[in-house]
Amino acid sequence: MTIETTAVQAAAPATGETVTMTYSEAVRDALRIAMAQDPNVFIMGEDVGTYGGAFGVTGELINEIGPDRVRDTTISELGIMGAGVGAAMTGMRPIVEIQFSDFTAQAMDQIANQAAKIHFMLGGAVNVPMVIRAPGGSGTGAAAQHSQSLEAWFVHIPGLKVVMPATADDAKGLLLSAIDDPNPVMVIEHKLLYKTSGEVRTGDIRTPLGVAAVPREGKDLTIIATGVEVSRALEAAEILAADGIEATVVDPRTLKPLDSDTILRTVKATGRVLLVQEAVRTLGFMSEVSAIISESDAFGYLRAPIKRLAGLDIPIPYAPKLERASVPQVEDIVAAATDLVRKW
Amino acid sequence: MNTQIVANRELAASSLATMWKIRRFEEAVEDLYGRGLMHGTMHLSIGQEAVPTGACLALNQDDYITSTHRGHGHCIAKGADMERMMAELLAKETGYCRGRGGSMHIADTATGNLGANGIVAGGVPIATGAALSAKMRGTKQVAVSFHGDGAMGEGAWHEGVVLAAMWQLPVVFLCENNLYGMSMSSEKAFNLEQLSDRAKGYGIPGVTVDGNDVQAVYDATKEAVDRARAGGGPTFIEAKTYRWRGHSKSDKNLYRTRDEIDEWRGKDPIPLFEAQALAAGGLTQADIDSVRDNVRTELRSAVQRANAAPDATADDLLSAVYAR
Repeated sequence: MTIETTAVQAAAPATGETVTMTYSEAVRDALRIAMAQDPNVFIMGEDVGTYGGAFGVTGELINEIGPDRVRDTTISELGIMGAGVGAAMTGMRPIVEIQFSDFTAQAMDQIANQAAKIHFMLGGAVNVPMVIRAPGGSGTGAAAQHSQSLEAWFVHIPGLKVVMPATADDAKGLLLSAIDDPNPVMVIEHKLLYKTSGEVRTGDIRTPLGVAAVPREGKDLTIIATGVEVSRALEAAEILAADGIEATVVDPRTLKPLDSDTILRTVKATGRVLLVQEAVRTLGFMSEVSAIISESDAFGYLRAPIKRLAGLDIPIPYAPKLERASVPQVEDIVAAATDLVRKW
Repeated sequence: MNTQIVANRELAASSLATMWKIRRFEEAVEDLYGRGLMHGTMHLSIGQEAVPTGACLALNQDDYITSTHRGHGHCIAKGADMERMMAELLAKETGYCRGRGGSMHIADTATGNLGANGIVAGGVPIATGAALSAKMRGTKQVAVSFHGDGAMGEGAWHEGVVLAAMWQLPVVFLCENNLYGMSMSSEKAFNLEQLSDRAKGYGIPGVTVDGNDVQAVYDATKEAVDRARAGGGPTFIEAKTYRWRGHSKSDKNLYRTRDEIDEWRGKDPIPLFEAQALAAGGLTQADIDSVRDNVRTELRSAVQRANAAPDATADDLLSAVYAR
């Protein structure tokens, strides 16, 4: 074996206990567990080694696992992605880190034309069990080329699965499920969430792909939100509750495959729905959710028109005030929800 | 000193058979298409048969290749079944891709073929990844990325070679320079005496060989593959050859002359190889006739059986997108 095997401590079984950790530590915990379980799992990307990742996600993993499986690359997104595809087709389980999700544009041929299509196009003869981790979203002052929310691009390509973890526990559980999956899975993390903390189940846990979370239930309206907007929706729900409005909050967690059942069930229960995404409005993911609701029997339960809150149709600007104004904030959610409930 | 293919009866017969299979397969495809019996589009490699034949002779069955839109030759030389290939092109359920890929997406994992590719240079970084996988798993497998001269204008080519050179991966980048990237002449496109001059810039060995000479392609590939297996990293090979047919069906040959095409038809790799084998004593005229006739029979039967197979079905398309 040419693998420089550094002993990796076997993953502890799930115990049902939780521990407080940051979203970024939770991602690292998942990487550590997956690499301990399977010698074919490895991560590669720009500066994931000694540097520890642009957002510090891989941290000191290179010291625990070694440079073979925590593999630094040149600045070559297309080459890295292609190498991931080739490795995945031949028995490995690569995790490719793309430093900012915006840079997937550099790698798009290998994502859209290769990874996504190979299984289908080759008649099922080959699988591409690859995970692409890429931080998305605005709020860091990094401007238009480092702040986009591009999830709709990937949802629009059959053959890819797309997940957007909104909590530390989901960052761990969804990533482990993505690594298990025999298909290419795009995991869009959010850079504002990396430093947030939450209770995370310890040991070898999973959050299944294709199952939405309902972190809050209320009778007056259903707020469906993704990524960083989930925590904003929950904060808004607290404020709304003080004003006597009880909101259900749904986090789809997996955009493809989508848990439409949970969405429709919760929409029917409240009869009002507010859809919140950070991505630009036009043809965003929530446009699809809106269409799914409209085409279903939940339509008959609606007491108000479906309302979308989304990013403005603009590139993300640099100045803090402008950046903040570009995407839905807590107060926007409170206002839109109040409007929906009071007017209808 | 490598084996002299033309002097070895078994190798000479199998190499000649491979070239004839590629030639006859593509002639059959051209004929079926011309008569409206085949759908879609295809890219023919007639005239280039010596490259995949010589290269794959230097490979083991479990070595990997990535191929191109002009990939029938690579597929056949690596050992694919002509009936299943033909069935794919005829849109049959028994085809390699169950009618979902067609000419540009045939793969045969049993023989290490990771697939033709509709995107120019798409297979280059994929070959790098297969070589990375072989190295990490500690196998002695090698990957060969077949690509055309056109691929050398792509960013994917650059990035695939950069990573392979940095990691010293067991991969051979084999450029079939058929002198044109669709209509763009490679002489015009690249400001180089020969494309292998570029290898130095990537810190890897590079060599240019006569791509119509099976032995020359084999020797260069064997040296590169041996080096790769021994941990010596990637190699770039330019095999100069010529595509007799147009790029695809839309080609009116406006960018090259009839004289040039005729000149290269005079360098047909098949009679060249036959003459060498006769001279070296590896094959008799009777052997040569028998190889040619056997391939014709085999191909005819492959077409008949493929034609008789059931059409590809649309029943489970939605459930075929994701692996379970």
